[in-house]
Amino acid sequence: MSISIQSISKTFGSYKALEDVSLEVPNGSLTALLGPSGSGKTTLLRIVAGLEFADDGPGNILFHGENVSGVPAGRRGVGFVFQHYALFRHMTVAQNIAFGLTVLPLSKRPSRTEIRERVHELLGLVRLDGLDKRRPHELSGGQRQRVALARALAIRPRVLLLDEPFGALDAKVRKDLRRWLRVFHDQIGLTTLFVTHDQEEALELADQVVVMRNARIEQVGDPQTVYDHPRSSFVYEFLGNVNKLIESEGIHRYIRPQEIEILFVAEFNPDTDKLGQIQHLFSAGPVATLSVRLTDGQFLEVEMSRKQLDELALDTGDEVTVRVKPEELP
Amino acid sequence: MGFTLAYLSLIILIPLTALFIKAAGLGWTEWWNLLTSPRVLAATRLTFGLSAAAATVSVICGLLVTWVLVRYRFPGRGLLDAMVDLPFALPTAVAGITLTTIYGKTGLVGRHIASVATWVKETWHPTGWLGDQVNSWADFGAAYSPLGIFLALTFIGFPFVVRTLQPVMEDMGHDIEEAAATLGAGRWIVFRRVILPLLVPALLTGFTLAFARAIGEYGSVIFISGNLPMKTEILPLLIVSQLEQFKYGAAAVIASGMLVISFALLFIINLLQRQLDWQNR
Amino acid sequence: MDHLQVTTESRPVRTLLILSALAVLSLFLLLPLFAVFTEALRRGWEVFFASLTDDMAWSAIKLTLIAAGVSVPLNTLFGLAAAWLVTKYRFKGRALLISLIDLPFAVSPVIAGLVWVMIFGAKGWLPPARLAELLAPLASLAGKAASNDSFGGLFEGIAAWLADPRIVFATPGIIIATVFVTFPFVARELIPLMETQGSDQEEAAVTLGAGGWRIFLRVTLPNIKWGLLYGVLLCNARAMGEFGAVSVVSGHIRGHTNTLPLHIEVLYNEYQFSAAFACATLLALLALVTLGLKSLVERLSGQSAKGKH
Repeated sequence: MSISIQSISKTFGSYKALEDVSLEVPNGSLTALLGPSGSGKTTLLRIVAGLEFADDGPGNILFHGENVSGVPAGRRGVGFVFQHYALFRHMTVAQNIAFGLTVLPLSKRPSRTEIRERVHELLGLVRLDGLDKRRPHELSGGQRQRVALARALAIRPRVLLLDEPFGALDAKVRKDLRRWLRVFHDQIGLTTLFVTHDQEEALELADQVVVMRNARIEQVGDPQTVYDHPRSSFVYEFLGNVNKLIESEGIHRYIRPQEIEILFVAEFNPDTDKLGQIQHLFSAGPVATLSVRLTDGQFLEVEMSRKQLDELALDTGDEVTVRVKPEELP
Repeated sequence: MGFTLAYLSLIILIPLTALFIKAAGLGWTEWWNLLTSPRVLAATRLTFGLSAAAATVSVICGLLVTWVLVRYRFPGRGLLDAMVDLPFALPTAVAGITLTTIYGKTGLVGRHIASVATWVKETWHPTGWLGDQVNSWADFGAAYSPLGIFLALTFIGFPFVVRTLQPVMEDMGHDIEEAAATLGAGRWIVFRRVILPLLVPALLTGFTLAFARAIGEYGSVIFISGNLPMKTEILPLLIVSQLEQFKYGAAAVIASGMLVISFALLFIINLLQRQLDWQNR
Repeated sequence: MDHLQVTTESRPVRTLLILSALAVLSLFLLLPLFAVFTEALRRGWEVFFASLTDDMAWSAIKLTLIAAGVSVPLNTLFGLAAAWLVTKYRFKGRALLISLIDLPFAVSPVIAGLVWVMIFGAKGWLPPARLAELLAPLASLAGKAASNDSFGGLFEGIAAWLADPRIVFATPGIIIATVFVTFPFVARELIPLMETQGSDQEEAAVTLGAGGWRIFLRVTLPNIKWGLLYGVLLCNARAMGEFGAVSVVSGHIRGHTNTLPLHIEVLYNEYQFSAAFACATLLALLALVTLGLKSLVERLSGQSAKGKH
């Protein structure tokens, strides 16, 4: 089910959270709302969910063409997964997952057996078989997250909304769950919209990335496009590491650390290169990061593989030539 | 360290031990006879029964008031919040005479109780225990009857419930309610199945606190109750009357009994409160 | 379009609930308060003031102030010591100590008074005669000191008391009973507060070379000042308003062993309703001041002092 967000604005008191935001979320896609705190991404998600309502005006939310703007959350058919899971701590895992089904009006409510089967099916889907009788406090963060997901899916929602789904987890668990979510999404094919402030997460997971800042959308596109062809300096700086060089009065130049190469001083070419000195070397892991101080005082961060570092036999204090890799030049 | 222990023993331990020793000096048969005498049994039934009923009503009213204080904004809210502690801060004697005046036959509330009771008496002529009660209400309002005691005990138990519930409700966080809403639950279901279960420990603690306070209550109750033996005589008063007749032993026995129950309740309250704190980690 | 906030009830339900809550609060809280003042002024302002300045009333007020004046400082000291002990150290029986501190709180005021009668009453462990025997050495000391000019009068008084030491049915009994019932208040406020605050700051002070007293005065005390104030307020309110325990211990000897609450009872039983309520207004005002100060303390401390009762 596609989501169509049209001209949505939202003000809280005197604070403008969203300003005339429009977005198309294609059916079956996994879209990321990416941005720093205060960009409006969570507000937008909650409006799509029906937990908040947009300001009166021309704005609309459409699910597959149907206008749901005034429909409250319970009747909108959305599955929402909260950042801190919001599991019902006095209920078991099974009861949590079954909740949405047990509150259906009697005419639509499935039988006890059917509910039990559905819960069982969902537990299998999120790889939590056998944990049905546990309580939330007995589960790890990653497990709780998956229960929250199963609970949201139990009601067969039209769209799935996730608010910083991995925000509260450890780094390792986060990476694992990220991968799992992508595979899971491909399996069930449900239109999914998630909020994150982690650009790596957005770029790795999403089909479509929506970069937001200060109540507006900066850019929309697939991860490749948004990273390689950022439309504004904000997007460029937000996605991935960046060096910002001041060339002359008011002119900045953006270069990514991996787009720079280090050469020996002997190979210095005054037309294309700069001279600098290595201030700091960080080389634990597969990628080495160097901090280089140019002769004009500016600092550059350079990335290279460990192999390259070893080949060049670089060390702190070395004088080097700094050059933008020819293939990276526009 | 030393100071603490010395002070503690002096003020608390020694006196209480004295009480038990005095009570023990009476011998087992006398103990039993005393504790099962009709007057003591009547006072016990009255005290515990009314305290439990009052604590229950305190819980219900307390839940309502706490909900409104915590969740809604309206003019005067801050003032009312501060006032919730009034029954706790007000000296019991003052509460006692005031409640008697209000609920007595000529009081602001009592006169209505009396007129309603008179009407019931004349329309339906109830008999038996209920009949006695209605007759009493018609003549004296809520004074000199268990109803009066009940009203006084509810008054003093009220702040305990509210102050126990308040932190729990304030810390509850909206996300579970939002989650339930997205899953299709209406407000009543959310209250009944999502919020209320989480409040149960606090409600229980509040009930026990109100109950424990109610069974020992003296000042607020003796004025309105009329202290009629077998009818409106509460246990604390029974102890006092034994004392006035210099029956130290009897007083000690009844007091020891009450003390044991108070200890047990204290123990339970501490358990409950520790569970509450753990749950809200 | 009516945009409902998802996590609240519909407007009519809300209004109904608010009105019900207000009704409950009015019935329970405002009505009694209102009644105290109305009844007190029923016979007019002259009777009101006369009741308050009457000799008996005056001696009752004095006794109340003395009882509070002794028990509040004593229990504050104890509360500080106990809270310090319990929260900064770990030792066996700590939980038991905390429960014991709570004891007077859970006990009926009547029993609180009873235990003292059991000990010091005519048929108790230490009736006046027995007590006089035990205190004889002190009595002779006091007698000698009485012949000294400077505090002669005071020591005479002490010697006289020591000769016939009445505890119950006399002022000392009332003071002791008051100390007993108000015993836990300061400690109960401080213990959870200090527990939450932990010992980090004190430990830091130790590493910086500060000694015990200084740590207490300059690190601990400022942190707990609002909780302490609140505890003292409650302790005082209870000390001045205590009825049950004091009633048992006092013997109701008018002009000598009546505190203000007891005086109110006496007046009421003699059908002097307006006078009784007039005195009651003093205590009601005390309660209101206590509540007001409590609100102030909460606002100033920036966080909820809504501890357990």
